[in-house]
Amino acid sequence: MSTETLERPIVKKEAIFSKRRKKFVTDPLSDDNPITVQVLGICSALAVTTQMKPTMVMAISVTLVLMFSNLIISLMRNAIPSRVRIIVQLAVVATLVTLVNEVLKAYAFDMYKELSVFIGLIITNCIVMGRLEAFALANKPYDSVLDGLGSGLGYSWIILTVAFFREIWGSGKVFGYPVFEAMGIENFAANGLMVSPVGAFMVLGFIIWIQRTKTGYVEH
Amino acid sequence: MRQSNTYIIIFSLVLTAVLGGLLSGASQILGPTQKKAQDLDTKKQILGAIPAEKEKIASMSAEEILTRYAEVIQSEVADYQGNLVSTNEKGEPMVAENVNIEKNYKKPAEERVYPVFKYVNGGEKAYVIPVFGAGLWDAIWGFVALEEDTQTIKGVTFAHKGETPGLGARITTDEIQARYQGKSIFEDGQLVSVIMVKGERTSPDKLGPSKVDGMAGATLTANGVNSMLSNYFGYYQSYFDKHVKVPADAMTMNNQ
Repeated sequence: MSTETLERPIVKKEAIFSKRRKKFVTDPLSDDNPITVQVLGICSALAVTTQMKPTMVMAISVTLVLMFSNLIISLMRNAIPSRVRIIVQLAVVATLVTLVNEVLKAYAFDMYKELSVFIGLIITNCIVMGRLEAFALANKPYDSVLDGLGSGLGYSWIILTVAFFREIWGSGKVFGYPVFEAMGIENFAANGLMVSPVGAFMVLGFIIWIQRTKTGYVEH
Repeated sequence: MRQSNTYIIIFSLVLTAVLGGLLSGASQILGPTQKKAQDLDTKKQILGAIPAEKEKIASMSAEEILTRYAEVIQSEVADYQGNLVSTNEKGEPMVAENVNIEKNYKKPAEERVYPVFKYVNGGEKAYVIPVFGAGLWDAIWGFVALEEDTQTIKGVTFAHKGETPGLGARITTDEIQARYQGKSIFEDGQLVSVIMVKGERTSPDKLGPSKVDGMAGATLTANGVNSMLSNYFGYYQSYFDKHVKVPADAMTMNNQ
């Protein structure tokens, strides 16, 4: 756990986007990406990424849940008994996820019908609990929100990229728009492999390969 | 102090109360909006089973959809033998839109009630019936509109609780639902329902009048849809026999 941030002498007036804080947001985008480097949240990266639209809603939901749960846990961090902290985190995350689900049900019923099962599963997304445990419990609220935002964006761009390739290869569409038909290619052969979870593994594998070639990251 | 048992118990109780209160509060506040959304969704689905109406309501506001619904849909409820039912078990007047298909589904078929939504738009007539069944992960349901002869599908609309997005969840898309239009549920006077085949992009000449193209990677959901349709077409035959005047040419087909 990163306790060092606690011991650091408190700078009196740190800029809202100081270098240190920018790193909270930018690090998870590439160098410390939750999916490709930490290999967390793989389950939902496989399950929802067959089409871009549900993936987008999932990305937004996860990012919001990450930011708010980080904020709440960080606000309570000095009151949470360490012996029951996991249960406390779980209760907070579950409450937030249920709220997201209820709000969708009231105001975006169509999305609710399509996604409710996966929204519920955000609770078990390792990224959320992982950030709470590793960051929010030991850092100030604002920093924690930034950290949640960073991890959320890191998660989002990966699953959106996977979804892009899976949708265009698997069904010839982007956001449900038939790209190939619009270009005049009528007999585009969709690749069924891309629609199955195997396709997500392959796309994800390529992303990790390209990323590690660029960053030089090696698993120890 | 933070580690003592008393503190932990009190902390947990307070947290539970706060979070519980928050959730029940949200459910209280959002409840009416959710109920409205649900009611509108049901009516949209019923109208949506008819392709021409589906296009119309796509650009309509919630209020306009409810008005349109009242204009063109008349509903009634029948029992398994096809006799009309006017009161529910509490003695209140039976409202077809309020019949909970899921609750009914849990009873034996003989004890269920079967709502019918009659669509009358000028000279155009159709019968919309609800269907319910099991998909791969959870419940699937929908509405099927049958032409006046009750043998040809005018249109369908499907919904689901937990099918996989991009795979089984595709049953909710226009692309899949359009495949059912114009399909015949009778063959040589026998009820055959409509079967969704395994695999996608089957050529139309292989499919014939009572089969539709499948969904790649979602054969188990398709199987659920198939048995759901064939079950409910079966249940509604006694209603159609008693209440729908079968046109003469279809009659001869039945007698063959």
